[in-house]
Amino acid sequence: MLKAINKMSVKFESRSVNEAFARQAVGAFVAQLDPTMDELGDIKTVVSEAVTNAIVHGYADKMGFITVSVRLFEGRALELKVKDSGRGIADVQQARQPMFTTGDDTRSGMGFTIMETFTDKLRVRSAEGRGTIVTMVKTLREREA
Amino acid sequence: MLHIQQETKETELIVHFSGELDHHEARNAIEKTEDLLVLFPCDRLALELSGLTFMDSSGLAVVMNLFRTCARTKREFAVRGTPPQPMRVFEAAGLPSIMIFEKKGD
Repeated sequence: MLKAINKMSVKFESRSVNEAFARQAVGAFVAQLDPTMDELGDIKTVVSEAVTNAIVHGYADKMGFITVSVRLFEGRALELKVKDSGRGIADVQQARQPMFTTGDDTRSGMGFTIMETFTDKLRVRSAEGRGTIVTMVKTLREREA
Repeated sequence: MLHIQQETKETELIVHFSGELDHHEARNAIEKTEDLLVLFPCDRLALELSGLTFMDSSGLAVVMNLFRTCARTKREFAVRGTPPQPMRVFEAAGLPSIMIFEKKGD
């Protein structure tokens, strides 16, 4: 198992105004790896997607806490984890299908597709009534000196 | 925070989105733009995104909603001046193959 060289986590209420806070906090933390603009944009995008899912679906009918944690590893790899204790996803395979959404017309159903496209690995663990943990791994390209 | 401003050029309504477009701003973005379509009659809606500093998949829903509204009301629709980060999101969803994307100044 790889040993993390640095880690952080933030916990906040499931208010949509906190979507911006979450992606900016993660963006500021991963800046120490000197990502490219595209890489930084991808990381902020996937954090925004996972946090929005937790707010819209996990805590659809109540307020709760969301924890976002980041671990950095040797070799410019990072792991992003977004955890909620909301209602959980009944069928994860279905939820991950492009265009599938149980949300309203402000949701595209493309959240998981974007997360899969912009990271190297996506894992979703969910239990109905218990919550959801979305874990994403991404390795940044080596920067030329 | 998303800022929305409009300008008209002949029969084209240009709506400028600047700042960050996420789920928190999506409802307001759709409703305000649809209000502008009522207030400023036009044959064409151009969504000008060059001031957008961030967009996630909520932006896809906003654009799809406006694309459908324009199709329903027989207006042309285009997305203009999209910066690199929002463009990566549009491309991941395949939107450039179903609607018009113009460069800034087109």
